[in-house]
Amino acid sequence: MDHIAAHRLDGNAAAGRLEDVFAVEITSVRATCNGCGATAAVAELTVYADAPGTVIRCPSCEAVVMRLAQVPGSTWIDLRGARTLQIPLR
Amino acid sequence: MVGAAIQRRLTWQVAQVSAHVRDTPRCWRISLDVELGAWLPGQHIDVRLTASDGYQAQRSYSIASAPEERTLDLVVERLDDGEVSPYLTDELRAGDAIELRGPIGGYFVWQAGLGGPVQLIAGGSGVAPFLAMLEHHQAAGSDARLSLLYSARAEDDIIARERLDEHAQRAGVEIDITLTREAPDGWKGRIGRVDAAMLAEAVIPASEQPQVFVCGPTAFVEGVAEALVAQGHAPAVVKTERFGG
Repeated sequence: MDHIAAHRLDGNAAAGRLEDVFAVEITSVRATCNGCGATAAVAELTVYADAPGTVIRCPSCEAVVMRLAQVPGSTWIDLRGARTLQIPLR
Repeated sequence: MVGAAIQRRLTWQVAQVSAHVRDTPRCWRISLDVELGAWLPGQHIDVRLTASDGYQAQRSYSIASAPEERTLDLVVERLDDGEVSPYLTDELRAGDAIELRGPIGGYFVWQAGLGGPVQLIAGGSGVAPFLAMLEHHQAAGSDARLSLLYSARAEDDIIARERLDEHAQRAGVEIDITLTREAPDGWKGRIGRVDAAMLAEAVIPASEQPQVFVCGPTAFVEGVAEALVAQGHAPAVVKTERFGG
């Protein structure tokens, strides 16, 4: 396993940043990759947190599903790579 | 899905350190007083440190105590080149305050109502969320079968050793520890890295349909998860949490 792969995390590690914004339990939300169409729980997505932002990728095809960047006073979220987010309602 | 009663956006809160204890040569147990409401075993929190120039760093830590316990405990492994852990292990003292947000997560969670059997597989400080599950299992009087396979480097590196020995005496609980670097004379547990052969022998078999939780360093978690799926465990029941390299 190379250096970058060893630093790979999963969606659990991005959940706090996402729940700064989304008022739902985010790790159980199911995301469909816009690249390959695979669906996975956010907890199952792969996360690279060493970049200036947080890059969240599809575990099936490695396409970027979400990107987060925090700057003073705001969070930017790029969801181009997520075709859908399925959010369980209780 | 398992969730808190009311879900809201998370905000940063201040927690007071009530105890700060070195547990192993590389890991400390940090107990916090904070009003988070009830958490679920397996959930984590984010800790945020702010430097005097405003630079901030945050890391996720699993909650190592059960919701039935009085304090929210973390197990922090000191990473020599780390940005956050050396502060938490070397500088922080009882009485200090730190910023955190949580509890976070509903996927990597087990509570008594979900029943069993449950197979837990930990590498190093990845045992932290499983300490919470074991305490909760006892506090809730659960009769679910709970089995832990825990890989540590040496006997001195076993986190929460005394509690694990006590849990091992309880009905329905199995604690199976393997040492990967050195084992003392007379060691009765396993020796060697967790590999496919050890998993086939030590893990509740797929035919009994256990819920499986794997937590630890990324390479450990991915290797174990892959081997379990190859041994017939359904990918959806093998839940993973990676700590990084």
